[in-house]
Amino acid sequence: MTLAVTWLWLIPLLPLAGFVANGALALLRPQAKSAVSVIGVGVLVAAFAVAVAVVAGLAELHPAEPLVFRYWQWMVVGNLHVDAALQLDQLSAVMLLVVTGVGSLIHVFSVGYMREDPGYARYFAYLNLFVFFMLVLVLGASFPVMFVGWEGVGLCSYLLIGFWFTEKANADAGKKAFIVNRIGDFGFLVAMFILFQQFGSLDFTDVFTQSATTLVAGGGVVTAVTLFLFLGCTGKSAQIPLYTWLPDAMAGPTPVSALIHAATMVTAGVYLVARCHVLFSLAPVSQEVVAGVGALTALFAATIALKQWDIKKVLAYSTVSQLGYMFVGVGTGAYAAGIFHLATHAFFKALLFLGSGSVIHAMHHAYHATHAHDDAQDMRNMGGLRQYLPWTFALMWIATLAIAGVPPFAGFFSKDEILGAAFARGATQPIWYLYWAMGLTAALLTAFYMTRMMLYTFHGPNRTGEKERTHLHEAPRSMTGPLVVLGVLSAIGGFLNVPVFMGGSARLEHWLAPALEGPAALAAPAADAAAGAGEWILVALAVAIAIVGIVAAWRLLDPTHLVPARLAPAETGLGKILWQKWYVDELYDALIVHPLVWLSRRVLWQGVDQGVIDGGGVNGAARTMRALGWLGSRLQTGEVGFYVLLFVGGVLAVLGLATR
Amino acid sequence: MLFGPALAVSAMLFVIGVAGVLVRRNAIVIFMCVELMLNAVNLTFVALAQRLGVAGQIFVFFVMAVAAAEAAVGLAIILAIFRHKETVDLRNINLLRG
Repeated sequence: MTLAVTWLWLIPLLPLAGFVANGALALLRPQAKSAVSVIGVGVLVAAFAVAVAVVAGLAELHPAEPLVFRYWQWMVVGNLHVDAALQLDQLSAVMLLVVTGVGSLIHVFSVGYMREDPGYARYFAYLNLFVFFMLVLVLGASFPVMFVGWEGVGLCSYLLIGFWFTEKANADAGKKAFIVNRIGDFGFLVAMFILFQQFGSLDFTDVFTQSATTLVAGGGVVTAVTLFLFLGCTGKSAQIPLYTWLPDAMAGPTPVSALIHAATMVTAGVYLVARCHVLFSLAPVSQEVVAGVGALTALFAATIALKQWDIKKVLAYSTVSQLGYMFVGVGTGAYAAGIFHLATHAFFKALLFLGSGSVIHAMHHAYHATHAHDDAQDMRNMGGLRQYLPWTFALMWIATLAIAGVPPFAGFFSKDEILGAAFARGATQPIWYLYWAMGLTAALLTAFYMTRMMLYTFHGPNRTGEKERTHLHEAPRSMTGPLVVLGVLSAIGGFLNVPVFMGGSARLEHWLAPALEGPAALAAPAADAAAGAGEWILVALAVAIAIVGIVAAWRLLDPTHLVPARLAPAETGLGKILWQKWYVDELYDALIVHPLVWLSRRVLWQGVDQGVIDGGGVNGAARTMRALGWLGSRLQTGEVGFYVLLFVGGVLAVLGLATR
Repeated sequence: MLFGPALAVSAMLFVIGVAGVLVRRNAIVIFMCVELMLNAVNLTFVALAQRLGVAGQIFVFFVMAVAAAEAAVGLAIILAIFRHKETVDLRNINLLRG
């Protein structure tokens, strides 16, 4: 084993050390901002360097089996043995590079974005902690270790969404994210219980080797396990029905939205499905559910994004929609395509979020300088920003073309591969044609709403305000630098995996093959199975759709008619429904939250707790005792004669009993 | 020896004592009734000692000694109560009523 691979433990440990150091600074020296920046960014860059070395070492070995490193025994309870063990294979290597690489860039960006925040040290402590947990999640060698990371990233997500917790809305958004994720975690836990009951082990290697031989393909057990796992994914990766927390999560700082709620944490569900591909390939029903939910989410979220005015909300719904694509990919059995889209999405969505962060930064400064209280995130207050933010403008257009699927940008290859795989599977299971059509429609909407966002933000006249306009300026180097790197990655990232029929070598697919090719008996037929000509038609269709979307938005929308947010008229008709997000939050409120609140207040609190436990139990016991005491005190008349009478009666009774 | 009549007299004395304690309200009278019960017991001891050995007669001395002490303490208490309440009628002495 080459030396480099054994350094694996260092990768999660570095951000953890960063968390400890920054946490200490946050408590002791919150103003030591340069020290915090050096530590916070340094550990991430170091982790990235180690990750590169480790992955290079892995590439040399290119083992067919995952490399498992056991460090110590974590828990032993009865039959349950769980080791604190990390596992490295080609799949986790990809995630490793994405998490540390994109994470480093976002950390660098944060130095500029958060510089003036009083909670600077706390922010970096949380961000480092998040990276640590994310690395535990992708490197864990068993379900419980992965679950530690899974819960940990949820915790950090909660902490960072509610980072500006003095405003109630932010704290509420954090709580919502945490609670909605809890529902998903319940599914993950149940899946673990079933797996343990089946196999007596929760190590990935044990479970996957045993499941290939012992589980019945399409049987109840494997279907239940995979569906419960997918419930976990819908929570973490914001799919229908648990997606509602992600748009609210935009309450956090923008780099957090880029790192946690676009590039890494929310893709954990996709990673989980890919990691458990052995199980999912055995359960065709679950695959149908995964791909179906993914396709529905992709389409549904895209419709909402059409009418959002908050720039981050547009990107949030776009993320939900793109995550849906990834689930179509992994649900179809095209795991490599799903992971490929995960990686390219990490590039262009991080770029979009950081770009929007740069825009918000500029807007915020402009409003701050004139003491205005307008919304710095509302696109109706923007417009014409391209002359003030030229770098951000150019780079965000690259990302927009990438997400819309215009060749040769990254999103084109990955999205096309997913759609191609879905179409190919339609040959055997026609429902996949529907999923493909939904994906294609979502692609049209994606191109449309992204162009709309760019159009309203950067083109047309400026609507920020006369006084504010002079204060608009491009972000500092430390912020545009990461944007440039991400822009390059968004532009060329797709060449990682150019499909064979286009003359490429599908490098990522080959790289992932040892990790993702198992006993994939029911996996989709490889995309190459379809005829070459058919492939090209699909590609042409996808590109045409993207261009139609962009051109339609360009033609139909006119930024000159927009007015600033405080003057804007109310939405009407379908526009209002979309703007109100199909009233899903209200629906959940009416169907789940309010009945639950009613149940806890009227029944559990006032009924059970106050009525039965307090009233019957606690106060009831006291009341009973007092009543008995009162009865007893009736005996204490204070009259000696009465006492003696009782005494004599008692003596006679005892004597009577004794002599009987 | 009149063994049976002796026991009968002691039983009668005891019951008279008990009845006195139960029905009378004057503390002094009740006190006297208690003494009566003690002496009834003494009589039983003496009567039974004829059959069962001398130990009963020894007991009588103990009972008399204890009764003397008890009479001293009891009378002292009654006197103290009288000084305090100007009565020894037990109907008026019910401080311990619950």
